Amino acid sequence: MNGTGTMEAAPAGGAAMDAGYLLEVENVRKEFPGVVALDNVQLRLKRGSVHALMGENGAGKSTLMKIVAGIYTPDSGSFKLRGDDIKLRGPLDALEHGIAMIHQELNLMAPMTVAENIWIRREPLTRLGFVDHGEMRRKTAELFRRLNIDIDPDVKVGTLSVASRQMVEIAKAVSYESDVLIMDEPTSALTEREVDHLFTIIRALRAQGKGIIYITHKMNELFEIADEFSVFRDGKYIATKASTEVTRDDIIRMMVGREITQMFPKEEVPIGGVVLSVKGLALKGVFSDVSFDVRAGEILGIAGLVGSGRSNIAETVFGVTPADAGTIDLFGKRVRIDSPSTAMKHGLAFLTEDRKETGCFLLLDIQENTQMAVLQSGYVKSGFVKQKHLAKDSVEISQALRVKTPDMAEPIINLSGGNQQKVLIARWLLTKPKILILDEPTRGIDVGAKAEIHRLISKLAGEGVAVIMISSEMPEVLGMSDRIMVVHEGRVTGFLDRAEASQVKIMELASH
Amino acid sequence: MSTNEIAGTANVIGSKKRLPPEVSILGVLIGIAIVFEILGWIFVGDSFLANKQRLSIIILQVSVIGIIAVGVTQVIITAGVDLSSGSVVGLAAMVAASLAQTSANPRAVYPALTDMSPIWAILAGLGVGLLAGMVNGSLIARTKIPPFIATLGMMVSARGLAKWYTLGQPVALLDDSFTWFGKSFNILGFPLPLPVIVFLLVAVIFHIALTYTRYGKFTYAIGANPQAARVSGINIGSHLVKVYAIAGLLSGLAGVMTAARAASGQPGMGVAYELDAIAAAVIGGTSLSGGVGRITGTVIGTIILGVLTSGFTFLKVGAYYQEIIKGMIIVAAVIIDQHRQNKRKKA
Repeated sequence: MNGTGTMEAAPAGGAAMDAGYLLEVENVRKEFPGVVALDNVQLRLKRGSVHALMGENGAGKSTLMKIVAGIYTPDSGSFKLRGDDIKLRGPLDALEHGIAMIHQELNLMAPMTVAENIWIRREPLTRLGFVDHGEMRRKTAELFRRLNIDIDPDVKVGTLSVASRQMVEIAKAVSYESDVLIMDEPTSALTEREVDHLFTIIRALRAQGKGIIYITHKMNELFEIADEFSVFRDGKYIATKASTEVTRDDIIRMMVGREITQMFPKEEVPIGGVVLSVKGLALKGVFSDVSFDVRAGEILGIAGLVGSGRSNIAETVFGVTPADAGTIDLFGKRVRIDSPSTAMKHGLAFLTEDRKETGCFLLLDIQENTQMAVLQSGYVKSGFVKQKHLAKDSVEISQALRVKTPDMAEPIINLSGGNQQKVLIARWLLTKPKILILDEPTRGIDVGAKAEIHRLISKLAGEGVAVIMISSEMPEVLGMSDRIMVVHEGRVTGFLDRAEASQVKIMELASH
Repeated sequence: MSTNEIAGTANVIGSKKRLPPEVSILGVLIGIAIVFEILGWIFVGDSFLANKQRLSIIILQVSVIGIIAVGVTQVIITAGVDLSSGSVVGLAAMVAASLAQTSANPRAVYPALTDMSPIWAILAGLGVGLLAGMVNGSLIARTKIPPFIATLGMMVSARGLAKWYTLGQPVALLDDSFTWFGKSFNILGFPLPLPVIVFLLVAVIFHIALTYTRYGKFTYAIGANPQAARVSGINIGSHLVKVYAIAGLLSGLAGVMTAARAASGQPGMGVAYELDAIAAAVIGGTSLSGGVGRITGTVIGTIILGVLTSGFTFLKVGAYYQEIIKGMIIVAAVIIDQHRQNKRKKA
């Protein structure tokens, strides 16, 4: 169907087509229960170019990539590949159409060799139907020669470094003769030399006419490797520009966008004495020398990119991953927190980042989910749970949080994300914490529930609870926090007071 | 396309009356019983159900399995498994029997320890089970090896110990005060063997424990989501030791009952009981992926196993066919279980 070319693309014709768009995605919309992840966004990828996607966490980049890679099906919108309308039926279908995604979490099988990983499902066979290992080795070596990759096709993937595995992933994508390659923060685990090598490969691929979609948070990479970039914000498409025509500040402004209004009102409350004091906290290979104080009634925001170590700091303070070094003082007393139950005994509570993985008991009902943490310390008499008393208090707190459910015996899996989050908050409020750590308290939940949760956090601070709030959403951090601690690559890069804090300042501290 | 802002409109969930999951399993039990009743009249010319003796035997046959299954159910709820139950039954039966011998036996295992109060034999049997369970639990909690492997090791070793204990010799001539625990009593004209009473008692105790105590809540929590359980302050390691210790203790109890009923201890006692117990739990609705299961379901599952065995025997189906069909029924139960779970996930 060549007739449906776009306005920009020249009519059919070999060389002219090469200059046209490889991929055109328009008016794409994707909703998840309770949130609009993508709201009529577009993306146009030129042949022989590197196109960067920029945006804050939660801007919709990953959702868009998953749609392009066939992992998600869009609710609506058009999808053109090489000028033809197509509909992807899944990741495998995308691959067969020449769209390959190199995942952040690598999808290789560690006990198998490099060659076996690359040709899986497509192994060259001998006449008798056995795998032709010689041929497979030869094809791999040839592929690697083309990409200038120096890896032995016969070694087990498990013995390779992260960088080498990434090269194998890229080679695998290329082996499908893919035209569109999607790279999701490919340099996050690479050293500088490895990054240089990766960029050499990317340039080679670009020269071969491939289109590369490149997700990154790193500004300098954008200028170094990308030809064009598109900015997204809150699930909306903002703009596409050539990377030569903008400055770093322009991009930050586009990413941040909206003016900060009083969207997240934090009430002014009297701030008390220091309740939690962390000094020199370290977890080998994750973060080091983290020191901060939190006072009663204070909200300390922690900002930083995903993977900066901000969640790890919270996990260590709560004893999920006990520290390798450093001290924690609670209410002026030195304590050793080696497990969550110790942390809870000292009045800490921790709403984790990942509702599904570390939050909800999806098989259990709302009541069970609400009461699980408090059972450690109360509502139990000689082993028996005081269910009536507990149920009464649970219902009370759920109503205060406006959990929308007809009854507490409803399995939590049937609730929307926002309501699940409220149940988890209720779980921790039942324990009457003095220090509340919230990791992404409003991720993936709708605006209404968000405002309610913010009001609640503010109210708790007013009651003298010390709150530590980690968030990827700049307006949330700026609106709610009394102070903001910014983390970058496992180090604290600065503190900002409420008055002086701005998105640009945070971004500067959070990236380089 | 519309650009409705769906923000703020949280989905309102309709109220549903939920039947306890045991209802469907109970239906299966009744269905199987009715099938046997009908087949009985057709092929044997007799009623399957209208026979007190048979009803009593059905439960007696499976009461030992049932006692084990109550423990195994709890283990499976934590997303674990216990393969050692059968071997622990054998070992506990040997140890208990060796302390319950009469002085009339010239070749008693412990000639100095004959004619004792049965309490010692029982405590020893229970102790052996408890110890085995604690070893299982500690191995799993400390070394983080899969429960399958830890209890597989215990299964092999405990069986070995049971054989080594008397170098393979059975332990016979047990004191009447001990074998009394395997006897039947007539209650309201209904022959009720003591093992059945013990089974039902154990079931009631652990049904209450799982439903109303903190121990129970934590057991489900660990199986449903171990990470969330840990973050909620539950000490998973020490809780797992408790769960496996209870399963071991109940296997020990099953061993004592087996020795008492047989009036002897034999190293081969309890072979493959763990599989029947797991089958009973799974048929009763316990999910092998953890977090789901109830003792009431397991009791019904146990009785289903008993009814199957008894019904086939009643219909004079050959032993080989019985096993073939039993295997298929167990697999069918797990298929149904998975189907149920998928439906739950979609909901």
